[in-house]
Amino acid sequence: MSKYHVDEHGFYGEFGGAFIPEMLYPNVEELRQHYLEIMASESFQQEFRKLLRDYVGRPTPLYYAERLSEKYGSRIYLKREDLCHTGAHKVNNTIGQILMAKRLGKKRIIAETGAGQHGVATATVCALMGLPCVVYMGEVDIARQAPNVARMKLLGAEVRPARSGSRTLKDATNEAIRDWINNPEDTHYIIGSVVGPHPYPDMVARFQAVISEEIRHQLLEAEGRTDPDYLIACVGGGSNAAGTYYHYLDQEEVQIIAAEAAGKGVDTGESAATSALGRVGIIHASKTLLMQTADGQITEPYSISAGLDYPGVGPMHAHLFQTGRAQFIPVTDAQAMAGGRELARLEGIIPAIESSHAFAVLEMGAVPPDSLVVINLSGRGDKDLQTYIDYFDLT
Amino acid sequence: MAETQSQNRIHQALEKPGKLLSIYYTAGFPNLEDTVPILEELQAAGADMVEIGLPFSDPLADGPTIQESSTRALRNGMHTELLFEQLKDVRKTVDLPLILMGYFNPVLQYGVEAFCRKCKEVGIDGLILPDLPLEIYQRDYQHLMAPYGLSMVFLISPQTGEARIRQIDAASDSFIYMVSSASTTGVQDQFGQGQDAYFDRIHAMELKHPQVVGFGISDAQSFQKATRTAKGAIIGSAFIRLLEREGLGGIRNFIENIRP
Repeated sequence: MSKYHVDEHGFYGEFGGAFIPEMLYPNVEELRQHYLEIMASESFQQEFRKLLRDYVGRPTPLYYAERLSEKYGSRIYLKREDLCHTGAHKVNNTIGQILMAKRLGKKRIIAETGAGQHGVATATVCALMGLPCVVYMGEVDIARQAPNVARMKLLGAEVRPARSGSRTLKDATNEAIRDWINNPEDTHYIIGSVVGPHPYPDMVARFQAVISEEIRHQLLEAEGRTDPDYLIACVGGGSNAAGTYYHYLDQEEVQIIAAEAAGKGVDTGESAATSALGRVGIIHASKTLLMQTADGQITEPYSISAGLDYPGVGPMHAHLFQTGRAQFIPVTDAQAMAGGRELARLEGIIPAIESSHAFAVLEMGAVPPDSLVVINLSGRGDKDLQTYIDYFDLT
Repeated sequence: MAETQSQNRIHQALEKPGKLLSIYYTAGFPNLEDTVPILEELQAAGADMVEIGLPFSDPLADGPTIQESSTRALRNGMHTELLFEQLKDVRKTVDLPLILMGYFNPVLQYGVEAFCRKCKEVGIDGLILPDLPLEIYQRDYQHLMAPYGLSMVFLISPQTGEARIRQIDAASDSFIYMVSSASTTGVQDQFGQGQDAYFDRIHAMELKHPQVVGFGISDAQSFQKATRTAKGAIIGSAFIRLLEREGLGGIRNFIENIRP
């Protein structure tokens, strides 16, 4: 048993588990009992692989970034998840989970979304499979992510505003969980990241692990070796990072870097740097590192990137942080925006601002020269155009 | 029984004849200092048991009413230490069985053992921590909590399978919290045939511990239906709405109307 993968109780070290109210027990237990067996079945694998190839557009390229490499004196490859259908890695997971839902006989899909990327990826696969889809989204996020709201509606999903609490991602997640409590028999909840009760963190990581599986093959072909010196990904909840690291977790010679959102600075009170600011606690039924008050009330994080402002982090990542297996680097809004612009100008690729956080660690000197580096480019920047326009005054 | 234990006020209340009326409210709502005055009113009005809610920012199992009361209570300044401070002399005036109900994270931050010790000190009889499931409790926390002699109350729902109900019955030492339907709190208003069949099914299991029904009970009629086979019932959201509407002055009338 690997020390970085989930154990038989659903924990990663002290993190994880399923801290669920009893009303959710039958749903979560049904999933826990069946997910590994379903995922291992040949018919599931065939359907999953076929859709990833023909619908998502996998394998995504592992692109050698020549000018970026030249600037930093290393050999830097980009894993192009931004070229997935719907524009980000999120769809790897929603394809997997919709197939899981069908095999469990579920007739209705619910999801939460923050920036709207996971909501769009869920609405997409529901359209593909002809299943009704309800996406919970914080009222505040609905107002600031109008294009993704429109996309979900165009795809036939119902977008329900979460009006409780701070009216953002964590509240949308609460509302989705409440919906699941109220609809315990026919509904599957497609969680968008490696968060929530066991088995979700493990299941989502396994669906996203197609990323590291491809990196190994592609790097072998390009460089004659499967293992890079450094693997870099941004971490909010941590699904793209989990997918990037998955097949490398036990290869301790591969250095793992997690770029987390420091917002305006770790100590400014406007940050989402969970490893720096969090303490052990429970959020969305998982024990993990969590931003909270001394009294255990969950606080609202801040980042310029709507996909990284989650007050917790997946339990796998909390464990990677605690054991020192991964190095967590807080990246400010300013550093991330500069990293994004640099990629645009050196390589002609506009990254999602989430992914920009991963690129910023290069300028911060996190990688020594002459290294072989793979950075996960988790999403494309189209959705963030307005933020780029405002930030760099591009009008 | 999970472990032999002397009788606490919950056990005594369960042994009395007749149906048991339990009330839930959120500490710190509507006003920060209402915690003990509400208890005194409830005792005077004839309630049999009380669940005091420790407010949490993200109450997953609760509907809008209790969630809103929690948000308001937190805004009023309620926190764990303050609640214990407010309760420190409660046993001078209140004899009702008292149960603290809260989500697990604030308990974890206070320190699980310190929390239980403090509960014992102020005279709390039991705990309901809906997001601390049986397995994790037994594996990681029971050894820390058991020495303080608090009754741990676990929930079942209409979807809970028979084997698991038996398991929960075996782990309980006072009553089983029977969630009336597949819902969060305060959602359901009417009990239908589905509930009747569920109540009969549980009744027929002849469990060791009595059941107290919660979720969806708001008035005399739903109280009667809920307690047809169960020992008692819990009113939460409807009581919160009353406090919102009429303040503490409406409590006696409310309780008398539930159980004339």
